[in-house]
Amino acid sequence: MTDLTSLTIAEARAKLSAKEITAVELTDAYLGAIEAANETINAYVAVTPEKAREMAKASDARIAAGNAAALEGIPLGIKDLFGTEGIHTQACSHILDGFEPRYESTVTQNLWNDGAVMLGKLNMDEFAMGSSNETSYYGPVKNPWRAKGSNLDLVPGGSSGGSAAAVAARLCAGATATDTGGSIRQPAAFTGTVGIKPTYGRCSRWGVVAFASSLDQAGPIARDVRDAAILLKSMASIDPKDTTSVDLPVPDYEAAIGQSIKGMRIGIPKEYRVDGMPEDIEALWQQGIAWLRDAGAEIVDISLPHTKYALPAYYIVAPAEASSNLARYDGVRYGLRVDGKDIIDMYEKTRAAGFGQEVKRRIMIGTYVLSAGYYDAYYLRAQKVRTLIKRDFELAFQAGVDAILTPATPSSAFGIADEDLASDPVKMYLNDIFTVTVNMAGLPGIAVPGGLDRKGLPLGLQLIGKPFEEETLFKTAHVIEQAAGRFTASKWW
Amino acid sequence: MSIVDVRTPDPKRFIPGATGDWEVIIGMEVHAQVLSNSKLFSSASTEFGSEPNANVSLVDAAMPGMLPVINEECVKQAVRTGLGLKAKINNRSIFDRKNYFYPDLPQGYQISQYKDPIVGEGKIIISVGPDRQGQFEDVEIGIERLHLEQDAGKSMHDQHPAMSYVDLNRSGVALMEIVSKPDLRSSDEAKAYLTKLRSILRYLGTCDGNMDEGSMRADVNVSVRRPGEAFGTRCEIKNVNSIRFVGQSIEYEARRQIAILEDGGAIDQETRLFDANKGETRSMRSKEEAHDYRYFPDPDLLPLEFDDAFVEALKADLPELPDDKKERFVRDLGLSVYDASVLVSEKAIADYFEAVAEGRDGKAAANWVINDLLGALNKAGKTIEETPVSPAQLGGIIDLIKDGTISGKLAKDVFEILWNEGGDPAEIVESRGMKQVTDTGAIEKAVDEIIAANPDQVEKAKAKPSLAGWFVGQVMKATGGKANPQAVQALVKSKLGIEE
Repeated sequence: MTDLTSLTIAEARAKLSAKEITAVELTDAYLGAIEAANETINAYVAVTPEKAREMAKASDARIAAGNAAALEGIPLGIKDLFGTEGIHTQACSHILDGFEPRYESTVTQNLWNDGAVMLGKLNMDEFAMGSSNETSYYGPVKNPWRAKGSNLDLVPGGSSGGSAAAVAARLCAGATATDTGGSIRQPAAFTGTVGIKPTYGRCSRWGVVAFASSLDQAGPIARDVRDAAILLKSMASIDPKDTTSVDLPVPDYEAAIGQSIKGMRIGIPKEYRVDGMPEDIEALWQQGIAWLRDAGAEIVDISLPHTKYALPAYYIVAPAEASSNLARYDGVRYGLRVDGKDIIDMYEKTRAAGFGQEVKRRIMIGTYVLSAGYYDAYYLRAQKVRTLIKRDFELAFQAGVDAILTPATPSSAFGIADEDLASDPVKMYLNDIFTVTVNMAGLPGIAVPGGLDRKGLPLGLQLIGKPFEEETLFKTAHVIEQAAGRFTASKWW
Repeated sequence: MSIVDVRTPDPKRFIPGATGDWEVIIGMEVHAQVLSNSKLFSSASTEFGSEPNANVSLVDAAMPGMLPVINEECVKQAVRTGLGLKAKINNRSIFDRKNYFYPDLPQGYQISQYKDPIVGEGKIIISVGPDRQGQFEDVEIGIERLHLEQDAGKSMHDQHPAMSYVDLNRSGVALMEIVSKPDLRSSDEAKAYLTKLRSILRYLGTCDGNMDEGSMRADVNVSVRRPGEAFGTRCEIKNVNSIRFVGQSIEYEARRQIAILEDGGAIDQETRLFDANKGETRSMRSKEEAHDYRYFPDPDLLPLEFDDAFVEALKADLPELPDDKKERFVRDLGLSVYDASVLVSEKAIADYFEAVAEGRDGKAAANWVINDLLGALNKAGKTIEETPVSPAQLGGIIDLIKDGTISGKLAKDVFEILWNEGGDPAEIVESRGMKQVTDTGAIEKAVDEIIAANPDQVEKAKAKPSLAGWFVGQVMKATGGKANPQAVQALVKSKLGIEE
């Protein structure tokens, strides 16, 4: 019998509905894999075997009764940022020690309503702040990929590093993730998986621990494009509890897979050709262009002139919102409390002990840029830049471009505790250089594997689409996937 | 923001100091709790007096990942209030976060409106007086803005020796902050402003105005200056919770500032608290200690937008407001401006009056409500809501006078009985034999007796007809007030031979 964990969601779905396998068997296979690998990979911060088996059993009953829902019996990992009722929900921060909400986030509830099975909560950068999963209170996640002939542990990217690593290491069939500046697409690119950040407002933010509210958006990380489409269909919804969620019906994304891209116009933005970009990345990009051209798309050079301001503006807007969003972690009502001699002392001790270095840095930056006398110079200007970035994309789309192709990241996965990166946070921030523009403009963006670099590590291509045209991204990414093939890490763990 | 002085210095309002006259400048920020069943951004109840933390939703407790959703009823209430203040309604407004740490502020920020409030400039006409000549003076006070914001919870420091408790029932309740322009020039004006504002809110049904329950609180900005000079440095007195205290705190604060300035000192801009027990204000925090609230638009909420039709629909349903009602009472019911002003001063009084006046003579109803009912309530220290005499009962008395069943004098007795014992006016009159005697024979007999017994008076009255009144009084006395006064009058005059 084949290893059940090697099945994609679409394959497992077929076998489940044909009653070739049961949801309990599938779940047990994943629980077994987690049991064997998690100590090494550290993708999960909490595993929920009883709940998983119970849910799988219920799925089997529904399948037997002919009532299978869209994700019936599919075992998923959930990023620790999503509120899951009665289960570890701590954004991988010390300050949320012991927190188990009495509510279920809309996104995860949608998944359970569609019959999915929860395996546990996935590791991530603390409060989703990071690009390497090294800021997690629960320690770094190891990328299932290693460079050829190397034993060096690599990061899976971040902040959804646990999600990407779990999918790549086959510790779940698919995973939820979130993306504020690239937190779905960068780890997907680093692990040879597919990740889509849908249009802002497509997935409800209700019940998801907030990092930067105007940028945060949930999406899936999956083995392939089809699985990503299947998962997003279930995750997305209109939610009256989130007033920024958008009142548009959720299309059947999977139906877009396999559609022709003939005649589509793909924009290639010249501003994404950055100084010092590795040759492998440039080659990957050219390869992507060639594949799409071969499939009948028209390639057009475009300009997105404000791109270079996106990263600095992002690192004003996101920390500003974060500094306010994280004010509620004060030791008064839940999570960690370190006693002090008075209330101020308690706040200071709790927050000093509860937040990690990177989170503190961003709270400080955010507090600074919102302060009296600095607001206009920083926050207000950053918002203006944001408007200009959005306008760049609008003009490109108005000129007839259907989607934009860029590299997903400026490099492949780097080493855990990389000294060069550790010494300069801005270098780490540069990981998001190709992805933050998409969040700033609220657009959908997908990362799909395009090949391996000369070290044998996966590289991702990014496709950026018009608002709520995720279907265009799925069909175009599928063309790339068909040409590039799928990439699986060799098991060393 | 440049502040325009719209008032002309008026010596009547000056405060005499040791070195000359001073003028006090007052502006008010009133926090009025919106009357709504649920909170501004959550579905938790707003009921007053519930068990601590009984009305707390996940949003109010700022649980991770919770999001605010605007309560449309609160928006409507704010727009209604704006319309009642004759103010500009902003079809697009923005909610901002005001960031600060406090245990009763679970989010670590208050959602408020900073640069783009839902309501812009408006006005309130206040009536100050009466002066020595019994005159009232109408003064227009500018409204700067009205915005919606969340209330905070309550810290309780007296429940545990070492810890403070937090009650989040109020957390997230909708408040309207109504900011006046610095147009007030005396404590009396400030009190009149607050009274009028409260009355407008109650008429509109947008705030219950119960200051003792904290539904309405005022922050009072006070500065002093030499008449006609530029505005001085102001101090803000926080959270004053009664109209009387507003008056007292201004009186105290103005004199405190005058004393400092007359001693050659300068006023420090600061926030102060009013100590009602001592009747004084004291420093709470200086300008340097002021928070930097780091306002920025709340990214969880889209700009609040509505169209003109939304506003028009609310306008069409707006109840009659005190100024309009007053005008109508004068115009349609023929009341004096003074009487009309008294009757509209509180919505409950106006409602009472209108119930009494329905289908009856307006002037008679006004007289009874103002002189008898309000007089009695005032004497007993009761509010209109606590009145023992209902509009129907009072109306019944007026009906009995009108149809001649009782005299005006006996009607006062009937009122007193109703006040003390309750009951039906007609039954009381019937059972206690208070019916007016209209039997001319009986009255005539009484008149004859009085005339016969007082020949001296008869002579005098013939020379001076106004003395007929004495006879009328005597007859009324002899008949226990039950005689019809008109009939007595006519008979007395005819018997004495006085021409009508």
